[in-house]
Amino acid sequence: MSRGVEVNLDNVWIRFGDFVAVREANVSIKGGEFFSFLGPSGCGKTTILRAVSGFLEPSEGTVKIGGRDMAGIGPNKRPTALIFQNLALFPLMKVWENITFSLEVQGFSKVDRRKRADELLEMIALPDQGDKLPSELSGGQKQRVAIARALCAEPDVLLLDEPLSALDLKLRQHMRTELREIQQRVGITFIYITHDQGEALTMSDNVAVMRAGVIDQIADGQTVYDDPATPFVASFVGENNVFRGTVKSIDGEFAIVDTNRSGELAARIATSAKSNLKVGDAAMMFVRPEACNIAPDDAPGKNRLTAMVKHEEFEGQIYNVFLEGSEGKEIKMSLVNIGQNRQSAEGKDLTLEYAPEHAVVLPAGELASE
Amino acid sequence: MSAVQILRNFFEKNGIGLGTFLLVAVFIWVVILIILPQLSMLDFSFRHHLPPPEMGGPKDTYTIEHYKYLVLGAPGADTSYNVVDLGVFGRTLIAAVFVTILDLILCYPLAYYLGQSKGGGFIRVLVLLLIIPYWINEILRAFAFRIIFGDSGLINEVLLTFGLINDPIDFIRANVALYAGLGYAYILLMIFPIYNVIESLDRNQIEAARDMGAPWWRIHWRVVIPYAKPGISSGCTMVFMLSAGALAAPQILGGPSSLWFTQIIYQWFNQGGNWPRGAAFAIVLLLTCIIIVLSMMRLFKVKIGDIGK
Repeated sequence: MSRGVEVNLDNVWIRFGDFVAVREANVSIKGGEFFSFLGPSGCGKTTILRAVSGFLEPSEGTVKIGGRDMAGIGPNKRPTALIFQNLALFPLMKVWENITFSLEVQGFSKVDRRKRADELLEMIALPDQGDKLPSELSGGQKQRVAIARALCAEPDVLLLDEPLSALDLKLRQHMRTELREIQQRVGITFIYITHDQGEALTMSDNVAVMRAGVIDQIADGQTVYDDPATPFVASFVGENNVFRGTVKSIDGEFAIVDTNRSGELAARIATSAKSNLKVGDAAMMFVRPEACNIAPDDAPGKNRLTAMVKHEEFEGQIYNVFLEGSEGKEIKMSLVNIGQNRQSAEGKDLTLEYAPEHAVVLPAGELASE
Repeated sequence: MSAVQILRNFFEKNGIGLGTFLLVAVFIWVVILIILPQLSMLDFSFRHHLPPPEMGGPKDTYTIEHYKYLVLGAPGADTSYNVVDLGVFGRTLIAAVFVTILDLILCYPLAYYLGQSKGGGFIRVLVLLLIIPYWINEILRAFAFRIIFGDSGLINEVLLTFGLINDPIDFIRANVALYAGLGYAYILLMIFPIYNVIESLDRNQIEAARDMGAPWWRIHWRVVIPYAKPGISSGCTMVFMLSAGALAAPQILGGPSSLWFTQIIYQWFNQGGNWPRGAAFAIVLLLTCIIIVLSMMRLFKVKIGDIGK
């Protein structure tokens, strides 16, 4: 199969009337990369996908696939294949006809098409299912058929619009692995749209996190998680405890934030904020639940805070401890269950501590809404 | 499940009041308004044409003379077949097929547009415009068409003014007015069933086909039309049946030399006072239409159950 080609968005704006759906998107996706757009619904990620697939033209800027400007080239002429959110299998065609529809369009004979369909059915582990109708397949099987149908055209870029969202949890997790495997096998560029950070982080080489038409950060999954570029990314990707306040002092990599309710806390300054964060700025400090621990003693510190435990949750591999937070929100702490019987601390004060290098300071900004 | 059990389930599901109403309404509709009148017509068609005093008398026996008449003509006629009536019969059916095809060609793109555009207000106005002709009664509509297509009608006037023709075209004689009038009268019955089906077609399927490189005609051929088939066949069935059975439009808009088979039936019933013969002709028309529709459905692999959807 063809190796993946690169996809570039240069200064892409997409407007619908007065509404700006995508604002100044600059993305470069390498050939053969698994790239995800991650964001809440309505953030413009599907719009970007439609601009890449050719169903809409950007109002400004260029979309390039394999270095070629795609302006004026319709979806039927682009080297992309799209997997729709609802899969959009043709209900009245048999599975094998569905899979080889692109070959039918190109005028291949029925014998050739059937042969190719059987190969692809073999690949997606559904041999002998070719003569069924899509409605006779299970959700996961339909999913695979949609993938086979898209791959049959041998596209340079495969676009996936939240294709796993209709599946149940177990199947979704299984399909993640499977998609990743298929991508590595065929080696083409995958562009994946999702609102599920778990999907984005597990499968992608790189993730673009979007908020209301703007791309906040493009980086690999670990960077997005550990070193978010904006408060939105910090709060949207994974769970985070947020403390609002002002920057009290800056010492090299670290800053001390005078938080509104929880005293002074120290944290690492996020890479994106290093050059512009100043003393006195409104800031937000983020600590992830799993970065918190119970302090061995009650001594105060710049990386400690004391609060009452409101309730605890046992989740199997972890305990979640919810402390009475500032600003009406609870502070969540996740402790790994390593086998010792924990005594519940509900209703008592508890001092938690964290390593300042595992917490992040950012200039105050918009958070992801729950 | 036994019949009693089905009935009990039916009443448990719908309640006594609604259940009774449904049963009675359907019974009246099917038995009293459909089956009984048609059975009596069928009975009529097999009887001799007798003056009222002799009805029920010894001469009132069953016969197939009226069916024979339609095929063979009057006993002792010069031709061995009833060329006139059979000719009209055949022409009527062909013309009805023609009107159906005309409406289908006109309506499919319209219904597709209506069904797939997500617009609100503008689309509703369009649909409303389609209903307006139905506010006007059939006779008025037919005469309006006579005026439009007449010798000094709108169309001829426009063509003459622009010098496209030198003499007015006789649209009435050429049956153009008739086809246009019939096609126009039943256009909604074609649009709505197709529109209904296409509206429920997932837009993504069209986009998926486009994404896989299909040109517009193949998208229609492989995706939209197969999906719309139940709607298309129900529209075609209605337009065909109603065109073949139309009376007012052919009477008013038909050319002097062209007769619709319904007009012959009407003459037997009304002017001829020969109800048995009229009934026999009508039954032949009905059965033929049903056979045509059923064989078309078989040809295009449409199940009767699909049409109801």
